[in-house]
Amino acid sequence: MSTPQLPMPQQAAPAPSWHTAPGASYTSPIPVVRTHLGHAIASEWTKIRTVRSTIWTIGVFLFLVFGLGLLFTFVVAASDEELGGDSALPLGFAGVLPGSICVITLGVLTTASEYGTGLIRTTMTACPGRGRVLVSKSIVFFTLAFVVTLVATSLVALFQVSILEGHGGRQPTGGEWLKATVGISLYVALLGLLSLLVGSVIRHSAGAITLMIGLVLAPLVIALFLFSSSLEGVRQAMFEYSIPNQLSIFYDNSLSRSGPDGWDPLWIVLGVTAVAFAGAYALLEKRDV
Amino acid sequence: MIEAVGLTKRYGDKTAVHNLSFQVRPGMVTGFLGPNGSGKSTTMRMILGLDNPTAGHVTISGHPYRRLPNAARHVGALLDAKAVHGGRSARNHLLSLAQLSGIPPRRVDEVLGVVGLQDVAKRRSKGFSLGMGQRLGIAAALLGDPQVLLFDEPVNGLDPEGILWVRNLMRSLAAEGRTVFVSSHLMSEMALTADHLVVIGRGQLLSDMSVRDFISANSADFARVRTPEGDQQQREKLSSALTEAGGHVLPEQSGALRVTGLPLPRISDLAHSAGVRLWELSPHQASLEEAYMRMTQGAVDYRSTTDQKAGFQQPLPPGALPPGPVPGQGQPGWYAPPPPQQFAPGQPGQPPAGPYGAPTPAGAPPNPYAQPAPPAPQGTPGAQGQAAPNPYAAPAQPPAAPQQPTAESAEPAPPAADAVASASVPADLTKRDSEDNR
Repeated sequence: MSTPQLPMPQQAAPAPSWHTAPGASYTSPIPVVRTHLGHAIASEWTKIRTVRSTIWTIGVFLFLVFGLGLLFTFVVAASDEELGGDSALPLGFAGVLPGSICVITLGVLTTASEYGTGLIRTTMTACPGRGRVLVSKSIVFFTLAFVVTLVATSLVALFQVSILEGHGGRQPTGGEWLKATVGISLYVALLGLLSLLVGSVIRHSAGAITLMIGLVLAPLVIALFLFSSSLEGVRQAMFEYSIPNQLSIFYDNSLSRSGPDGWDPLWIVLGVTAVAFAGAYALLEKRDV
Repeated sequence: MIEAVGLTKRYGDKTAVHNLSFQVRPGMVTGFLGPNGSGKSTTMRMILGLDNPTAGHVTISGHPYRRLPNAARHVGALLDAKAVHGGRSARNHLLSLAQLSGIPPRRVDEVLGVVGLQDVAKRRSKGFSLGMGQRLGIAAALLGDPQVLLFDEPVNGLDPEGILWVRNLMRSLAAEGRTVFVSSHLMSEMALTADHLVVIGRGQLLSDMSVRDFISANSADFARVRTPEGDQQQREKLSSALTEAGGHVLPEQSGALRVTGLPLPRISDLAHSAGVRLWELSPHQASLEEAYMRMTQGAVDYRSTTDQKAGFQQPLPPGALPPGPVPGQGQPGWYAPPPPQQFAPGQPGQPPAGPYGAPTPAGAPPNPYAQPAPPAPQGTPGAQGQAAPNPYAAPAQPPAAPQQPTAESAEPAPPAADAVASASVPADLTKRDSEDNR
């Protein structure tokens, strides 16, 4: 560190008794590597796998998806009523809707808990490229959430179809399989990613979780009580675009026949998440940590 | 090397740091001192690129922090020992930081050994004591084996053995040629650890000099003079004789006088010619801690007041005086005056000049603290700290029960002479020091 002492406007004279010449410096024997996104992803993976909240939220998620999905399947199997040509896949919705709350919670905690503990300052000191931290968190979380949801929904769907085969259940088409496994998993993982970004903006776990649960449940509940006929259009839109209804579209049992259809919900959540990502990224770069 | 130039940080209309310029050099420990809330941590955060300065800039080895290639290998920092996820084990916490900077994982076990946490490495840090947390924070700072180290209050919560360890660690890190910047509010600790001191108060630079210079500039010698007890006349007589002869006299709580600017034999001669008997005439040296407190007393944000319990107590008996505040630090006139040669009797209320004593250059942003200093202390201990008038100071003392316990501990109010004596001390010694020491 042989930076010459710059003359500073307000410094009258350097203090005379500095012990060491400014030329003295220290060089570490540990080789310095150029860091990249891969380092940040490895770090975030260590972080997410070493806290219990991850185990708990994913555990509860699996319990709900398997438990509720199979419970309803067994109820149908035990009853005398036949499915009558319907596919068994929509029964999986019962577990995925409450399970998505777990994914939302984990997403928020991934970012907001660092703000809650103050760890974010340590992280941002170690990696001053703040965008890289957000990107690596997003990648690690999205991958984890997608894989877990895909495995859970696929297994449940396989069980449901095989159990109800002898009860009048129709064999689902390939498109139905894809939507009920990959489609719903992408949607739930993106919903979790949106929560992660909201957590990064709000920086408060409880606040962000509350906001996200409100976002999931409020439109549907409010729409239930909008009785005025002049608000019929609003009511219809709130039903159709509410997150539970968007989830059910992947199972082809939407509340209405109009509104989003097919893979539309995925594009909707993708657009919202992209906007949220841009906002969270810009805020992170601009704000004080 | 850390270099701050004109660093300023405002939060809304509150200025946390104002026009701070200093350098932290390699090869030595630089202490960063200031009272609570003086802007130390804000400055540290700005150095680390966490907070953006409102004005000015700070560089490390010539680069802004966020432009450093692999910053964690160049700079290590302990900001807040509690800044860990309590559910993660110490080892995993450090491992995630190591991975982030491309540091080999075995380095984690090395630093755990350095700070003595190898036995609890697998335990969740939630259960750590304050001292263990502090060690974990130091381990994180050492992880990248950096050439620049920042520590914010590293000895908080450590036991004496730990404090000694941190002290030796800082010194050995600096001896290896690293830049070590340590904030503290403990002057006594810094006197033992640091080679150089940067002192701030209310976000402004008060002093930037080596510890040796700081000691010689600020630890004033004074003489304690005691006249026979209960003889106010003699005391006042001596006081005025000493003042006339060019000395500076400060009354102490105990009734003694602190005299500066006059050698001991001269004080004795003056007392003799004034016909005043002396019970004590002794030389004293103000400690470094006292010098620091005196320097920062004008810049202390959080000062205690007397616990008045207004309206909860029985009225005082007639003639009894309200108890004074606990005598001690932070009260006007308590500290020794600065060394005589620096002492310019002067213009109370003069606006403090900018850092380094240079007059604020024209066109520079106006100093937010440049409002006139409060009037000189009026001799009543604690007058500065008490915003509201003491309810017991009301002239009409209602009659009351004589067994009022506080009456016994009540101290006599300082006589008028004291008020005159201390009023002659300029209110704002602090700012004058930083000017004259240049």
